[in-house]
Amino acid sequence: MGSPLTLFQKVWNEHLVTQQPGAPAILFIDLHLVHEVTSPQAFTSLRSRGLIVRRPDRTIATVDHGVPTLPSKDGTVEGRLAWADDLSRKQIAQLEDNAKTYGIRAYGPASSNNGIVHVIAPELGFTQPGMTIVCGDSHTSTHGAFGALAFGIGTSEVEHVLASQCLLQHKPKTMEVRIDGKLSKGVTAKDIILALIAKIGVGGGIGYVLEYCGSAIRALSMEERMTICNMSIEAGARAGMIAPDKVTYDYIKGREYAPKGADWDKSLAYWKSLPTDVGAVYDHSVTLDASSLEPMVTFGTNPGMGIPVSGKIPTTAAFNDENQKAGLEKSLAYMGLEAGSSLLGHPINVVFIGSCTNGRLSDLREAASIMRGRKVAPGVRTLVVPGSQQVKRQAEAEGLDQVFKAAGAEWREAGCSMCIAMNGDQIAPGEYAVSTSNRNFEGRQGKGGRTFLASPLTAAAVAVTGCVTDVRTMFES
Amino acid sequence: MEPIKTITSRAISLPLDDIDTDQIIPARFLKVTDKAGLAANLFSDWRYNADGSPKPEFLLNQPDAQGAHILFTGNNFGCGSSREHAPWALTGFGFNAVVALSFGDIFRNNSLKNGLLPIQVDGATHQRLKDLLDEIPRAEWTIDLEAQTLKTPDGESVHFEIDAFSKTCLVQGNDELGYLMSFADQVKEYEVSHHKGVTI
Ligand code: SF4
Repeated sequence: MGSPLTLFQKVWNEHLVTQQPGAPAILFIDLHLVHEVTSPQAFTSLRSRGLIVRRPDRTIATVDHGVPTLPSKDGTVEGRLAWADDLSRKQIAQLEDNAKTYGIRAYGPASSNNGIVHVIAPELGFTQPGMTIVCGDSHTSTHGAFGALAFGIGTSEVEHVLASQCLLQHKPKTMEVRIDGKLSKGVTAKDIILALIAKIGVGGGIGYVLEYCGSAIRALSMEERMTICNMSIEAGARAGMIAPDKVTYDYIKGREYAPKGADWDKSLAYWKSLPTDVGAVYDHSVTLDASSLEPMVTFGTNPGMGIPVSGKIPTTAAFNDENQKAGLEKSLAYMGLEAGSSLLGHPINVVFIGSCTNGRLSDLREAASIMRGRKVAPGVRTLVVPGSQQVKRQAEAEGLDQVFKAAGAEWREAGCSMCIAMNGDQIAPGEYAVSTSNRNFEGRQGKGGRTFLASPLTAAAVAVTGCVTDVRTMFES
Repeated sequence: MEPIKTITSRAISLPLDDIDTDQIIPARFLKVTDKAGLAANLFSDWRYNADGSPKPEFLLNQPDAQGAHILFTGNNFGCGSSREHAPWALTGFGFNAVVALSFGDIFRNNSLKNGLLPIQVDGATHQRLKDLLDEIPRAEWTIDLEAQTLKTPDGESVHFEIDAFSKTCLVQGNDELGYLMSFADQVKEYEVSHHKGVTI
C-alpha cells in the first residue's frame, strides 16, 4: 500500500491524464454542467475554431439564471418566457440552439426537470462520488457534498472542457474542516457554513480544497451537506468536499441517471474507496464546535460578515488592519447600520427563500414549519422559489405551496430568481432583504438593495415578524 | 491574445479588500452573448449615479484613470462569481495588470487567459507601493513580465511570482487550448483505461 491519501488526493489522482514538467496538470472531467449566462462566448469561440464538443454525453445544459419565475399566464412555456426581457430570452434560445447543434442533453425552460444547475444535477443522479465536475459557475462547489471534486470555471475554461473534456489545473492545497458536536434546535447547516466563513474569512480558503468532516457533518442529510459545500466558494476555496457514506449512497440509489445493476456495484466499490485514509495529512486544519452555534445572520456586504443572531455588529476596534477597518465602515455605510448595534428587531422589506444554497425540499419544509398557520407581516414581500421543477412538484404534493400561499407569500416557478436578480425578481434600492441565498454583495439582489443572509428557518421567522428575529423564540414549547 | 512583455503605465489605486466580481461587473450586464462592450459598465454601481451620470469622485471617472493600464488594489480581489466578464470588462477599459495582496482563484485563472496579469505582492511590499502611490500618484511603473519585476520610480524593483506555464502563454500570446488539444491521444487512452464505475 502507498502512503495514506485524502479524499481530494484520491479523486485528483484518478483523473490525472498527464502532468508535464513546468506545466499544470491535465485533469479529465467526468461531468460538465452548462448554463445560459457563462456559455455563449465559449460556444462561439469553439465554432470559430472549427472544433466540436468532445463528449456531449458528459455535458448537461440547463437554463436558470435568467428564467422568469412568474407563473405562465396561459400555462404554456412560451407564456412563462413572456416575462423575460429580450436579452435573457436570446441567451436562453442561444443555449438551446447550441445544445441542439452539439447533441447536448438540455433541460430547457419547457423541461419538467428544469431548474438551478446545482439542484437538478444531484436530483437527477448525474452528480456522483469521486467524479470531477465543473461548470461555469462558482457554486459548482455544491456537488462536493457527494465526495466529487467540483468547482467553478470561467468561460475560456468552459470552452476548454467542451473541446477536450479536460482542464489545466494547478494542484490546490487541502484543508481539513473538522466540525464536531450536535446542533441545537433552530440551528442548521446554513448556520454552520456562515459561522465557518465568519471564522476563516472570505479569503481564508484561497488556494485550498476544503474537506468537511467530523460528527456534525456525518449527521447531516445530503441536502444539508450541499448547503455547506455550496458556500465553500464564499470562503474563497477552490472546492469543498465531504466523504461519501451511507447517506450519500441512499440518496443516489434509484435516481434517473444513477448507475443501475452491475454498474451500481462497480460504482459503489469505487465510492467506498474514497474516504480519507487514516494518517493522511492535510496542509491545514481548522475546527468548529457545532454545539456552540446559534442561528447566524450577516450584517455586511460579504458572506464573512456574519454574527450570531443575538450578537452585536463588530466595531472597528475589533480589527488591527487599516483596510479591514475601512472595509467594515464602507459596508456599514452601504447597509445603513451602526457598528456595535444588534440586528434583532431590524425591520425588513423582502424575504427570499430559494437558490442553490437553500432551495431544496428540506429547506422549503423548514420554512413551512414556521409559516404554517401564521401570516407574513404586513408590508413584507415574501418570495418562495423552489430550486427546480422537481422540488416544486414535491413541495406541492406535500401541500407546502398551500402553507406559503395561505401565509401570504408568493409561490413561484423554479430558477435562480432573486439570488442574482437577473430575471426581474429583485429588491428596490435601499430595501432590506433576508435571503437564504449565498451572497450579500452590494447590489447582488438588486441595485442599491441590502441583504442579510440567513437560514430558511430564520428567513421564515423574519417573514412572519417583519424584522430580524431569533427563530428559536418561535418554536412551540 | 496579444503577447505581454512589458507594461509601462501609471498605476491607479482602489485600495479596498474583497472587491467581488459583482462590483467589477454587476450581474444585470451578463445577459450579453459576446465579450465586447463590457468596459462601459466596469464598476457600474460605484461609477454612476442612479440617473446614469458619472460620480466624479470615483476612481475611474478621474483623469488619471484614462489610459492607465495598472490597477492597484487590496486583498482577495475578484472574489465571488466565476464570471469571465470581469477580466473582459477590465481589459476592455485598458487594464493589463492588477497588483493585489491576493486574488480570487477563479478570477486569477480567468485573468491569465485574457491578457490581464495578476501580480500578487506581500504585505510589506503592498504597503510600500501604497505609500508611493500616495506620494507620487502620476508616476509610471514598469512591469517586466519576462524578468518578473515591477519597477517603481524610486528605483526599487519588486520581484513577483508567476508559474512558468502562464508566463510563457502571456509572453508569447499563446492560448492554452492549443496546448490542451495537443494531448488528444493521451486523453483517448485515459478514456479507455479509466473510469472506475463512473457512468451517467
Ligand atoms: S441560485 Fe444564485 S448562486 Fe446559485 S447558481 Fe443561481 S445565481 Fe448562482
